[in-house]
Amino acid sequence: MCRLFSLTSSVPISPMRAIEALDVMKEGHDGSGIGLFLTDLAGPFQDSKHLPILSGIFTQSGVLRMEEFMSSQGFTPQYRLTLAPQDTPPPGTPKREVYLSQVFEPPSAWNGLAQEEREVLLTKTRLALRHMGQAEEDMVVFSFWPDVLMIKEVGDPMEIGRYLGLDREEVYAGRILAQGRQNTNYGINLYACHPFFIQGVSTMTNGENTAFVPIKEYLGSQGVPGYEGYQSDSEVFTHILHFTLKGLGLSLEAYKHVITPLQDDDMNAHPDRDVLYTMKQACRRLIIDGPNCVIGCLPDKTMFMVQDRKKLRPGIVGGRPGLFAFSSEACGLDAAIPERDKTKDFQPMHLDTAIVSPDCQEVRICRQTQPLPHLH
Amino acid sequence: MPANTAITPSTLSQRDLPWQIDWDIQTCTLCGRCTAVCPVNAIEFGTFRKRTLFTPPLGLSDNRSQGLQHKPSSSSSVYYGIRQRTDPAYACIGCAMCNMVCPNNAIRPVKSESTDLLRFHRDRGGQPRTRGGRRNSGDSVLDQIKFMRISMLTDPALDAGRHEFELRTLIGRVLPPAEALKTQREKGWMPPVREIYPLMIGSMSFGALSPNMWEGLQMGVAYLNEELGMPVRMCTGEGGCPPRLLRSRFMKYVILQIASGYFGWDEIVHAIPHMKEDPCAVEIKYGQGAKPGDGGLLQWHKVNQLIAAIRGVPPGVSLPSPPTHQTKYSIEEAVAKMIQSMSMAWGFRVPVYPKISASSTSLAVLNNLTRNPYAAGLAIDGEDGGTGAAYNVSMNHMGHPIASNLRDCYLNLVKLGKQNELPIIAGGGTGKNGNLAANAAALIMLGASAVQIGKYVMQAASGCLGSEGDRCNICNIGRCPKGITSQDPRLYRRLDPEQVAERVVDMYVGFDTELKKIVAPLGRSTSLPIGMSDALGIADRSAAERLQIKYVV
Ligand code: SF4
Ligand code: SF4
Repeated sequence: MCRLFSLTSSVPISPMRAIEALDVMKEGHDGSGIGLFLTDLAGPFQDSKHLPILSGIFTQSGVLRMEEFMSSQGFTPQYRLTLAPQDTPPPGTPKREVYLSQVFEPPSAWNGLAQEEREVLLTKTRLALRHMGQAEEDMVVFSFWPDVLMIKEVGDPMEIGRYLGLDREEVYAGRILAQGRQNTNYGINLYACHPFFIQGVSTMTNGENTAFVPIKEYLGSQGVPGYEGYQSDSEVFTHILHFTLKGLGLSLEAYKHVITPLQDDDMNAHPDRDVLYTMKQACRRLIIDGPNCVIGCLPDKTMFMVQDRKKLRPGIVGGRPGLFAFSSEACGLDAAIPERDKTKDFQPMHLDTAIVSPDCQEVRICRQTQPLPHLH
Repeated sequence: MPANTAITPSTLSQRDLPWQIDWDIQTCTLCGRCTAVCPVNAIEFGTFRKRTLFTPPLGLSDNRSQGLQHKPSSSSSVYYGIRQRTDPAYACIGCAMCNMVCPNNAIRPVKSESTDLLRFHRDRGGQPRTRGGRRNSGDSVLDQIKFMRISMLTDPALDAGRHEFELRTLIGRVLPPAEALKTQREKGWMPPVREIYPLMIGSMSFGALSPNMWEGLQMGVAYLNEELGMPVRMCTGEGGCPPRLLRSRFMKYVILQIASGYFGWDEIVHAIPHMKEDPCAVEIKYGQGAKPGDGGLLQWHKVNQLIAAIRGVPPGVSLPSPPTHQTKYSIEEAVAKMIQSMSMAWGFRVPVYPKISASSTSLAVLNNLTRNPYAAGLAIDGEDGGTGAAYNVSMNHMGHPIASNLRDCYLNLVKLGKQNELPIIAGGGTGKNGNLAANAAALIMLGASAVQIGKYVMQAASGCLGSEGDRCNICNIGRCPKGITSQDPRLYRRLDPEQVAERVVDMYVGFDTELKKIVAPLGRSTSLPIGMSDALGIADRSAAERLQIKYVV
């Protein structure tokens, strides 16, 4: 079972801190891969916070093709961070040519566009690159979004962290999601590596989503750009969250009601039962059947953890004002924030969503039986 | 027997019949129960003459010459026994009622191993054979499907016995999520949706079933709902509904069927103002699995006073329903208008859906429905669907098997992004070989939102004798030996409604456990695994390709 670790901090920190925590939990993953999602970036990326950053792995010719394509679309390249390690990769990791994170200035024609239209265009650009790369096998594109970096690689997390030099200040971030991959059901594929990302929404999961195929078929048939790929059964969690927030205009608190609706008795006693009942029926195709622990980050930098109805996966949240961590194991939390008050650690149960808001001051528990925040 | 005795082309020997009676003179006590119970008079008392030869014994006692002094003698005696008739009109149907009532097991039907020559003579008077119930083929693709995506290592299987499960389904049009929330917010019209148990009792009409059978089923359903919290629903079939039930609180467990004959609908329409509860749904029948493209047929034998009264017809006449709703011009128009008017009748509070036979037009009907905001689902009845009366040729040779028809329909919904928005109810051959839970689970994973059963309920709840080997199947002529499909009180009093109800409950509770045993190892417990086709495998390559499931050997 994969190990998950995430940090939310009011001051930027190194992703190595998260990787070290994964290393402590090493018993639980086979070191077959690492995925990192970084946002609230510090360093050079801070100056261009509103501009989209393209993250991916390229061959030299892939870079050229990407540049050509981007300029044909009217994007102007800005700051670029490449990781091109000189030494030999750790065992099991293939030698790649360029790990790239590049800021782009969107075409001037976009200036008058509404935020939503821009978002769709950014997604479509990423998808176009992904498809080009899949055809020629010269680029793998993880994200194209303002203030978001994503790094994924096959191999042992700690060794890759060192190999790629992830302790450098350019990649310090206020929000970090990190996954240590345990290869289980599917073949290793970089796109199958958590965390998954779409339009500012990112999640990672441990466990197995047994309702994967029907959910995938449903999402994939909704005509939303970006609901595709699905190299992993966990990718649907990200898209369901995106669907909840952007497709239905609901809040994070509603996510739990979509993926694990209340059962009859709780539902009947709930003050919002009418809405919840409607949601349960209409979103029935999105019910996850777990067992899963989901950790994620929202566009506004809120970080959260939820469990599925069965609550068969471990998950723990703790920290201190200014620094909180969400971990699949208590030992990971101990390693990353040893100085916290452990009595305040929280392990979400089947009705809970644990939330740390962008101000990073406390862990708020939202229980499914509580009233929903006002719907707009 | 004289050489010129009347042997006609239709004179058959016992050997030519599909079922032969094996009667044992040694154990028979001549009580006569078998002949009394035989529903088709296939056996009768016979008087037999027997000659016995007596030869005096040789060399007994001292008188050594006695044996030679007396000639052997013979005598004739008469004995009584059971004779099987070979007239095609009275051929044994293999029901084994004779065996069931025999105190000594002296009699039993045996299936013939040679060719059944009777089938060439079953059109007496130019009337092809009609029968009830069975398709006479035991094959079932559903039986070959295996569930194989079993989580054991990283994700331990659930405990089917102790874990919580919520295996319910929805009947009714489910709006897309964004639209549903908007409608809810703006207090608009929300199509009615019912949360029900995924195994429904399919349409078997009050005319087709005996009053005791019907009552038993209804009682069982009520018990399941009210005592066990299992929201099981039962469809009435064509022919209306007993007036007291219409006005009772149990109406909510009933799906009313309106078919092309409109039999019984006067009664229903008159009852609407007095209904305490809305029915669960209304099913409009266009077709059925056993006689696709054909209407209904209730033969005169079964139209007694009660049935005639409920159906609003004179007693003792055959009641064929036309193959289509004759007041409508085309199927699209018919479907749209019927759905509209039925919805209207209950103030748009009741889901209304059509039922069709699985056929090459299923997809077209489905596509029409996806664009009809009032359509609440689609019931598809595969070729194995049973019925009270159909022509032999229709039952055995017409229609589309359910598995691929359902799969095509579901995948079509997936293409439109409307899967489960329009629930598909699948039926026809589910559990025909006794594997009810496995067959139902396979259908659900192929894309059915619910599964309906008819024959299985008759077999399980009331001991119907019919089988896929052409056993019994005389449901149409009103002489059902078990009293299930007969309107003759002498026959239906054999069936105790209370016991039927008990069996219905047993059957459902047993099914529920088995369904859990199937879904739990697949890791499913909080939602019905509709369309979970990744769990399915089959050892037939072409079936795997056709159904888009895994090919495994
Ligand atoms: S098996 Fe049935 S039909 Fe045949 S003789 Fe016995 S009772 Fe009659
Ligand atoms: S027992 Fe009755 S219901 Fe069953 S096949 Fe025979 S006649 Fe039909």
